[in-house]
Amino acid sequence: MKIVALAGSIVGSKTKTAISKVVEILQEKYPEHEVTLLDLAEYNMQFSDGRNYFEYDGDTKYVTETIMSADAIVIGTPTFQASIPATLKNIFDLLPVNAFRDKVVSMVVTAGTSKHYLMIEQQLKPILAYMKANIVPTYVFIEEKDFLRKEIVNDDVLFRLERLAEDTVMVADAFAEIRAKKDAEYDF
Amino acid sequence: MEKYRIDQSKGIEFGLYSLGDHIPNPLTGERTPAQQRIQELIEVSQLAEQAGIDVFGVGESHQSYFTTQAHTVVLGAIAQATSTIKLTSSATVLSVSDPVRVYEDFATIDLISDGRAEIVAGRGSRVGAYHLLGVDLQDYEEIFEEKLELLKKINEEELITWEGQYRASLHNAQILPQPKNGSLPIWRAVGGPPASAIKAGYMGIPMMLTTLGGPAVNFKPSVDAYREAAERSGFDPKELPIATTSLFYVADTTKEALQGMYPHINGGFQAIRGGGYPKQQFAQAPDTRDALMVGSKEQIIEKLLYQYELFGMQRFMAQIDFGGVPFEKLMKNIEIIGNDILPAIKKYTAK
Repeated sequence: MKIVALAGSIVGSKTKTAISKVVEILQEKYPEHEVTLLDLAEYNMQFSDGRNYFEYDGDTKYVTETIMSADAIVIGTPTFQASIPATLKNIFDLLPVNAFRDKVVSMVVTAGTSKHYLMIEQQLKPILAYMKANIVPTYVFIEEKDFLRKEIVNDDVLFRLERLAEDTVMVADAFAEIRAKKDAEYDF
Repeated sequence: MEKYRIDQSKGIEFGLYSLGDHIPNPLTGERTPAQQRIQELIEVSQLAEQAGIDVFGVGESHQSYFTTQAHTVVLGAIAQATSTIKLTSSATVLSVSDPVRVYEDFATIDLISDGRAEIVAGRGSRVGAYHLLGVDLQDYEEIFEEKLELLKKINEEELITWEGQYRASLHNAQILPQPKNGSLPIWRAVGGPPASAIKAGYMGIPMMLTTLGGPAVNFKPSVDAYREAAERSGFDPKELPIATTSLFYVADTTKEALQGMYPHINGGFQAIRGGGYPKQQFAQAPDTRDALMVGSKEQIIEKLLYQYELFGMQRFMAQIDFGGVPFEKLMKNIEIIGNDILPAIKKYTAK
């Protein structure tokens, strides 16, 4: 299985720290799966202009094609003005409408205040649902105080990230099995 | 309807069209050379004519996996290779061309074909042509409206005096050659949502509506909106033909049709849109109520008659080679269309 971990911001360290931790957990627990980290801070992305994602060049092509080839995606996002950052929204805008069909998507969110706890429910999940993702219902919400010098220092968060990694793989496995069973019913 | 060369007493017209699909065969991974594909297409048009099919269309798509970017040239060759079948574009991306030039081309095809040429003008469903031919996508809507109005004017008037934003003005210009009978049927290509259908209605121009899949009833609002808009604009909807189009694959049995089409529709969507065609959705397609034209000949006949009841269209256009359906399969499709589908639908729809 191909798993992509996406850090959706080009500034700050919290989301990057959290998503890197997820990658570490995934690699340790599931060495048989291919895990790729996409940190948007490291890429120079173009704004969506209506083209198909594979018609762009350079980083834009690489990032979108990597996402499209994944079976499961863990999205890490900070909270900007009570929503996801524009850099992450641009990724969605670059992809086709049903981009996440037959893919599992799970989420890690960081925020400066606990008051943003439902941001994911209101802002991110509707987009993923529209794009046909199989969404892992539970996400991990991490606040500023859970980090110290680019390390996660709250054990609860670490345990929850571990469970998120497991859930992502488990849900992806389950859907793959369901799909294979359903496809076997078709004779074309 | 006469103005558009449609004779309803003969029943609904059935046409075939192609965008010159040129993707590797999903089953073998092999890609037919472009030259061969174009020549096959010309041969398909001859077979279609022999089978009694009414119309043959060639469209332009300026990107990988297509071969008929110069669709007017291909139509010129088909005009020479055939003698009775109507010839149309499917569609001409008018926004990226000069309406004067488009008219000259099609009037010439009309002369070569002895009065069989039509134009279907559209905006294109992909942005490649705009970048390639240097047209600003920002003005997408307005460019098309202006060019279509000019094209219509050229078709209706002898000396053209015209001024617009996106092309040099014309003063008493004579556009030559003139088509055989003085004018050409010009249709507007319309995608799913009603907005574009309404524009066609206001303009009082025939509409070719794509109904690529999903429930046919979803396209009914576009048909109704078109006729309402035409009426509001002072046109008689009864005088305006409507054509619907869909991807098409027929075989002796449902199973054979599904097996024959799936690799192509899936491969085609993967290549062109970057995501395959979901099997679950495809499995629903043979249902009479679904617009995607796949199934046994009985199912296709049922679908067409159901849509005829629903839309009251004058023409159906089948896209026959989406996803690079190989030539021998196209021959088989044409055979079934000619032997079974045409007689049945004509019988029920002739007035």
